[in-house]
Amino acid sequence: MNSLAHPRAWERYFWPVVAGALLLALWHYSVVWTGTKVFPSPLNVEKGIAELASKHVLWADIGDSLRRVAIGFGLAVVIGIPLGLWFGWNPAANQTVNPVIQLLRPISPIAWIPVAIIFFGVGDHAAIFLIFLGSLFPILVACVSGVSSVPPIFRDAGRNFGLSTRQLLARVVFPAALPQILIGARIALGIAWLVVVAAEMIAVDSGLGYLVIDSRNSGKRYDLVVAAMLIIGIIGLALDFCFRKLERIKSVRWGFRNAS
Amino acid sequence: MVQTEATIRGNNSAPKLRAEHLGVVFDRDGQALPVLEDINLDVEDSEFVCLVGPSGCGKSTLLNAMAGFLSPTSGSVRIDGEIVTGPDPRRILVFQERGVFPWLTVEGNIGFGLSKLTHAERSQRIAHYVKTVRLEGFENSYPSDLSGGMKQRLQVARALAVNPDILFLDEPFGALDSITRVIMRGELLRIWQTERRTIIFVTHDIDEAVQLADRVVVLSSRPAQIKEVLTIDMAHPRNISSPRYLELRDELLKQIGLAYEI
Repeated sequence: MNSLAHPRAWERYFWPVVAGALLLALWHYSVVWTGTKVFPSPLNVEKGIAELASKHVLWADIGDSLRRVAIGFGLAVVIGIPLGLWFGWNPAANQTVNPVIQLLRPISPIAWIPVAIIFFGVGDHAAIFLIFLGSLFPILVACVSGVSSVPPIFRDAGRNFGLSTRQLLARVVFPAALPQILIGARIALGIAWLVVVAAEMIAVDSGLGYLVIDSRNSGKRYDLVVAAMLIIGIIGLALDFCFRKLERIKSVRWGFRNAS
Repeated sequence: MVQTEATIRGNNSAPKLRAEHLGVVFDRDGQALPVLEDINLDVEDSEFVCLVGPSGCGKSTLLNAMAGFLSPTSGSVRIDGEIVTGPDPRRILVFQERGVFPWLTVEGNIGFGLSKLTHAERSQRIAHYVKTVRLEGFENSYPSDLSGGMKQRLQVARALAVNPDILFLDEPFGALDSITRVIMRGELLRIWQTERRTIIFVTHDIDEAVQLADRVVVLSSRPAQIKEVLTIDMAHPRNISSPRYLELRDELLKQIGLAYEI
């Protein structure tokens, strides 16, 4: 008899598929039994996805959303990491700005939408700014805590080999903190994907968020609304999956305990 | 012949390292805690000196002060006549464990201090030290794939690669199992005999000190003072069941204040 802790290979796929099928069935029969005219059944949604996929606008929307995330998240990485290294390295600088960071951090990026529109007007820049804000804080905080938890032994070794402060940050502190920075960046990417949809509902007229709100506004096409939601979920999952692949790179794998 | 010349030069010129009236006082919660008191020690060029003493006595503090990681409260450390003011690639400290960089391969670690060399010189130097510490075949491995003994050999290779005059070793084999520890002592002696660096080695293991050192410096409990300097007048390889070895070991045990019987 097999132990319960080790499901067989086929069981690892079989039961999740069964659970998914049951959920779809529940959804389908709920729509049938309630006789709703508004909410789509899974079959309607499937047709909706096919309809969207046959239109060029879907691919343009996906491209626009991904581009905004790439720029906003990219800016957060490029600005957040050096800033985080600096704050982590200088306790004085960190103490000075930490209260402000801690105050700004819990504010949802959604709350910044009116401010973003004042700064940048309605358009791409406002959306990118919101994504940048949403991803900056997780990266910054992970970076500061990553730097302060670098073992003193690594810094001492680096200093012993005659490194300047800049070299020490680049060649010892950054790689030593990188596993923790990656965890922060992964959280930030997840937030960026949440924020882009919200921002596109208000600040721009393209992208997946706009697709959701537009499908509702132009004729209450809830089949397309749910189809767009599913596409958002699938792309978010794919982004996270790709990012997790980074954790397998050998120069950071040491920092992830359960990685083999 | 070469060795005789070196010995003569060593005896006549200034010492490689000189600690003069060295004192270190820590500030613990506003209270002064003297750790080292009036340490006076000369170490000759290419000498192997072990520092032993009861645990917590300040052996590592003394090593850190000599390596420049800690400013003394009083007195000074001079190396080649120059006062030590900070760490320097000419003298490398080897830590007890976790000193190698886990994000770099074996080659990356050994080459860490060699960024000023040309690519060819660098890879030649790396290849030499991979061979010296017998890590051939592991050049592209990461430390997580190495055993504890291999990691310590890697740390020694990284230190030797920058061509330092002095190696400071802080209980480098303390975290290894006893069999690996004995093998590592042999390896260190072999490297020391071919590379001829000055080695200052902290240990709490009396056998280790008698097996390795030219001279053993015995420290008292805190605040540490030099209690005794014992010259180990035995050639390498040392027979560890010879009467002389046992005599020296007993002498050292007595100095540390331990009984002959457990």
